[in-house]
Amino acid sequence: MKKVTLPLTDETIESLTAGEGVLLSGTILTGRDCAHKRICEFLDQGKALPFSFVGETIYYAGPCPAPEGKACGSCGPTTSARMDSFAPRLLDLGLKGMIGKGERSDEVCKSIVKNHAVYFAAIGGAGALYGNAIRKSTLVAFPDLLSEAVYRFEISDFPCIVAIDCHGNNVYKKA
Amino acid sequence: MRTISSEQIEQAVYELAKNACLRLTPSCLRALHTAASTEEKDSAAAFALQTVLQNADTAAKEKMAVCQDTGYAVILAEIGQDVHIEGKLFSDAVDSGVRRAYEDFCFRKSICDPITRVNTADNTPASVHTEIVAGDSVRLTFLSKGFGSENMSRLFMLTPAKGVAGIIDAIVETVRLAGSKPCPPVYVGVGIGGTFDTCAFLAKKALTREIGSSSPREDIAAIEREALKRINELKIGAQGFGGNTTALGVSCEWAPTHIAGLPVAVNIQCHCVRCEKITL
Repeated sequence: MKKVTLPLTDETIESLTAGEGVLLSGTILTGRDCAHKRICEFLDQGKALPFSFVGETIYYAGPCPAPEGKACGSCGPTTSARMDSFAPRLLDLGLKGMIGKGERSDEVCKSIVKNHAVYFAAIGGAGALYGNAIRKSTLVAFPDLLSEAVYRFEISDFPCIVAIDCHGNNVYKKA
Repeated sequence: MRTISSEQIEQAVYELAKNACLRLTPSCLRALHTAASTEEKDSAAAFALQTVLQNADTAAKEKMAVCQDTGYAVILAEIGQDVHIEGKLFSDAVDSGVRRAYEDFCFRKSICDPITRVNTADNTPASVHTEIVAGDSVRLTFLSKGFGSENMSRLFMLTPAKGVAGIIDAIVETVRLAGSKPCPPVYVGVGIGGTFDTCAFLAKKALTREIGSSSPREDIAAIEREALKRINELKIGAQGFGGNTTALGVSCEWAPTHIAGLPVAVNIQCHCVRCEKITL
């Protein structure tokens, strides 16, 4: 599998093709339902965000608490479609990568192409393997949301499939 | 009359919750192995299935949750009517067992207020269904129910004229619409008949059956087989990457219904079937 380093560069994004397997290493942010809703409320109210999306990759996930001796507990992807109503707005702000599971809406697919971004599919239900690929976890924002808070993860050889590439090729629409 | 203490109930739920979240059921593992063997080598579906099997192995060895969505704790309790439960209220004993297991084994706490979305922080309350049955034992079934798949479930109030064809169409259409979202290959629990509410419960109960088991009623078993065949013809495949296995199984439970109706509930379970049972 191709090794990909995060944060993503435009060249890296250009080189990715839907359907190919990749091993991601570097740093990512987490965010799921409640964090997305709150971020968009901040934007609606013109409030400054506690972190920047520019050049970032977001992982749609809410981890299990870390057992002793581990950086993170089980942490596989959640269903990306629930974040579809928020994603184009974040892509317009400079978000470059998304990691989750399952198909995306047409609006998100178009926004991926428009913003030269990429969507990776992690394997749902493989939480223990993904938890072990997380080497460090730091709380970034919204601690009251518990597992739904925004964390920064350092990941190493995190296996994914390129699901939607920057040219709009889509692994879910091949069948 | 036999007495069972609420502490026994609590401890049993604690063990069931722990084991359910740390391992897949044997029938689920078997079905996943079979599915993996039918996919083309080097395909995305084969990669997904192999990853999932490797994950189950890692989770069991390292005592990590198989999936971070350790679910809504669903408990089906068949309570013998010759049993006297002494101590705490039954549902409080169940919640205590859930609370302790989710804390002790680093399982995610996923239960929140539906309006404010504030997390209850201990994964309670559990969803408890009690049935009074004959005898003097208590049979507890624990299902760790993830919501990526729960979200894709549907309930149909069909007209009687729709018949068997309508039932099968409802099942297949639910899986088709769910697409890649519920972590396929899915396990499909179906309720047929009853009322609006009992039908949904039957669908949940069907998910506690072993994958590959058949309804003892031949006409219902035929619905299970036909629905499974048609679902796998959808070619959604593991994780929606295309492939031969979109569902690992279809299980139907039924109840008599009203002359005016034909309720059908379709409860979707992801490929991580986490279900444990014990009889006290």
